[in-house]
Amino acid sequence: MKHIRNFCIIAHIDHGKSTLADRLLDFTGSVTEREKQDQLLDSMDLERERGITIKSHAIQMEYIYKGETYVLNLIDTPGHVDFSYEVSRSIAACEGALLIVDAAQSIQAQTISNLYLALENDLEIIPVLNKVDLPSANPEEVTDDIVDLLGCDASDVIPASAKTGLGIEEILNAIIERIPAPKGTVDEPLQALIFDSVYNPFRGVETYFRVLNGEIKKNQKIKFMATGKTYNADEIGTLKLVQHPKQKISAGDVGYLITGIKDAREVKVGDTITDAADPTKNMISGFENVKPMVFAGIYPVDTEDYEELRASMEKLQLNDASLVFTPESSAALGFGFRCGFLGMLHLEIIQERLEREFDMTVITTVPNVSYHAFTKKNPDDIIIVNNPSDMPDPTIMDRVEEPFIKASIITKADFVGPVMSLCIEKRGQITNQTYLTPERVELNFDMPLAEIVFDFYDRLKTVSKGYASFDYSPIGMRASKLVRVDVLINAQSVDALSALIHADNAYNIGKKMCEKLRELIPRQQFDIPIQAAIGAKIISRETIKALRKDVTAKCYGGDISRKRKLLEKQKKGKKRMRQVGNVEIPQQAFMAVLKLND
Amino acid sequence: MAGIYIHIPFCKQACHYCDFHFSTSLKKKEEMIAALKTEILLRKSEFANETVATIYFGGGTPSILSVSELDEIIQTVYENYAVVDNPEITVEANPDDLSFQTEKENIFEAYKAIGVNRLSIGVQSFFEEDLKLMNRAHNADEAMACIKEATQHFDNITIDLIYGIPNMSNERWLQNVQTALDFGIPHISSYALTVEPKTALDTFIKKGIVPEVEDEVAQAHFELLVAKLAENGFVHYELSNFGKEGFFSENNTAYWLGKKYIGIGPSAHSYDGVHRSWNVANNTKYIKAIQQNELPSEIETLSVTDRYNEAVMTGLRTIWGVSLTRVEQDFGTNYKKYLLQQAEKHIQNELLLLSAEEEDVILKTTAKGKFLADGLASDLFLLN
Repeated sequence: MKHIRNFCIIAHIDHGKSTLADRLLDFTGSVTEREKQDQLLDSMDLERERGITIKSHAIQMEYIYKGETYVLNLIDTPGHVDFSYEVSRSIAACEGALLIVDAAQSIQAQTISNLYLALENDLEIIPVLNKVDLPSANPEEVTDDIVDLLGCDASDVIPASAKTGLGIEEILNAIIERIPAPKGTVDEPLQALIFDSVYNPFRGVETYFRVLNGEIKKNQKIKFMATGKTYNADEIGTLKLVQHPKQKISAGDVGYLITGIKDAREVKVGDTITDAADPTKNMISGFENVKPMVFAGIYPVDTEDYEELRASMEKLQLNDASLVFTPESSAALGFGFRCGFLGMLHLEIIQERLEREFDMTVITTVPNVSYHAFTKKNPDDIIIVNNPSDMPDPTIMDRVEEPFIKASIITKADFVGPVMSLCIEKRGQITNQTYLTPERVELNFDMPLAEIVFDFYDRLKTVSKGYASFDYSPIGMRASKLVRVDVLINAQSVDALSALIHADNAYNIGKKMCEKLRELIPRQQFDIPIQAAIGAKIISRETIKALRKDVTAKCYGGDISRKRKLLEKQKKGKKRMRQVGNVEIPQQAFMAVLKLND
Repeated sequence: MAGIYIHIPFCKQACHYCDFHFSTSLKKKEEMIAALKTEILLRKSEFANETVATIYFGGGTPSILSVSELDEIIQTVYENYAVVDNPEITVEANPDDLSFQTEKENIFEAYKAIGVNRLSIGVQSFFEEDLKLMNRAHNADEAMACIKEATQHFDNITIDLIYGIPNMSNERWLQNVQTALDFGIPHISSYALTVEPKTALDTFIKKGIVPEVEDEVAQAHFELLVAKLAENGFVHYELSNFGKEGFFSENNTAYWLGKKYIGIGPSAHSYDGVHRSWNVANNTKYIKAIQQNELPSEIETLSVTDRYNEAVMTGLRTIWGVSLTRVEQDFGTNYKKYLLQQAEKHIQNELLLLSAEEEDVILKTTAKGKFLADGLASDLFLLN
């Protein structure tokens, strides 16, 4: 056990986490030339394209240091706030962390919140100053930032460049010297932490775990403590670039487990694996059932594809347990599903995966958070509202509560003003302002989660010229003055476009929604009025003028095939539209309220 | 029955709105005529089992050729193809070419002498302002004089008129139509001015030199035109074509009814019932290839769905509409069902209608739907 080191990497998006991981694998000879491709750990196409890590992964390296062979387990972590719980579990599986900071951009909000998580878990932090080769790098100043933040010595900070390979050996040596070997003992009953799982269509769910105490053996009868289910450990092994089956994995080490589980929901990140016959008395603390934060309806563009959509969502859920959905129906869109997501990124990922992996074109309705409504009749009974149309009528309503978050924003001092204005516009209340360094300020706000869902992140980037970073954590429900803004298209209320909005902003947002929809809905053969309403009161109106001419004058011999192709292209566009009443509404119009400021 | 289209890719000057293939340099005229005749010869086997019923000279500006040059080409067709007695032979002509008279010869009689029996005259407008804006080669006086003279020699005349021109009032538009009627012209092709990308007109509008072309104006002009010509006994047999009984364009109707045609010359298109092919739109490349006895063409094979889509697209533009019996015969019952299902919404909105005609049911555009025919057609399309 004293030759094992378990560590993770804490970094902000783009600070070079995946590239650095590639370098470590390279240096330790864990990858052959043939296997090399950029960003090895990001295995989904989507991850490589977006340059973010969606799922966490793990990989084992071997490294000879001072004549002795060490096993290094790198546990990669997701790099987006939507997945902060998964990050916390990966951190809990480690004894140390590399804190990677971009020498040009310095420390960002998400880095700090993950760093705090790591410190709470008593992880040894190895600060790495990455991208020192960049012309815009500012190593002295950023090193000072790191020293201020960690209270470490400047000599502890390792200058590196994942791109050129500078500092890689120092990092590996520091991992061995500074990160403590795992504690724990093989003599106790099995106690292993699940920090991730991956769905494999051929082998079922692969569970990634870290053994804290005891041993897990092939064919052992094991039990997942939170779900209470028992399984046979059909296969266990360690995670190199390919899996290496083993007979046993002992305390301190990291591995994978295959039990034939076909449904990702049975494997909960944070759960404890133990022996079925001789269970540990101590379930590993910190387990939570993942709760969705953002809800939206997902509907097939073509109503006939409902069953196919259900099958696709079920398959998706097999490998993404954080996706939850229940059937619902909409007057405008017919049958579909109300889905819960970890956040907006997760929502976008699901929508894109449905399209890429299942060839399903879907309409996503206006996203909302989960509200608590109380009626005058039963003022103590919570009605959970995950869909604006479930909101009780204002006349019988006692009050509504909405989820609030504590937002942490780190920005350059120059942008404090614009960031504050944005947060105040988003109904934020400032709770704290700390100068981390003379140049960098951390701002804390209490804000409604719903305001984060609506275009907050993009606007924060804009007002801070990309220099602000953002992280948040839930702080419970608070009473709020909310109204439902409905949208009528051609005099017909389209429930899928309804949104719950704070009363003070309702008029303004209703107006912007009408304007945006006028832009996005193509002209049709008749005038289309677009109205926003609160109850029976119309608060805004726009009109899409009828199409007057939709024909090309000439159509002779030569024009026929050219024109056919043109009209075929139009038809393809129309296939992505949904007919509501008489009006064809393009798929992206349903998400329009998210982009009101574009 | 089949048609031959011959493209004459030369013009005296470029009209600001035109995106057809032409050259304003006449340097290669001789070589081009030789190449056109060679292509006619090279392709005779394609019509081995067909009889040619129409010959159509389009362009460009066919009237830029001398009468004897046109005659050589017509003779080449006769020498290599079976041609019906008395075929429709149309020449597109511009007023400035037709007003040119030699002392000995009247050009109209000369055309008649070589077998031309239908003239398509590119008047576009009888108003100087419109002609200038469009950069036409003729002026208003030439337009009037030419039509007056033409009607003395030809019965079967069609003129082109363009509407929706910036600054053109409803009154002025109606005057154009009235002038044509006053001359007793039996056929009018009338087009909404369309701003094609990369044309001079497109540039002028973008620069603000010429006002935008407005759909509302075009629609108003179209409605005035339709009403006026209906009053005067014209049949609106294709979206942009109006003719008195017996004066419909046989050649052009063949395109809309899916009949076969061979297109000769650069950029000309051909259709044999299954394949569409088109020649290169470049005079030099065209001549060079033909000189080596090669056809400089690309070809595509139409799938059943492609042919269905084309039948719907062209059918909706005509008075003959889309025959449900034909759709069922040519494409199958599923296509007919699909067509009806897609059409339902538009029938309810009175943009399309079903009419029973001689044991057949025909899908057509209504008066309200005519000017929206493209969008309607694409709604009825099936995607491969």
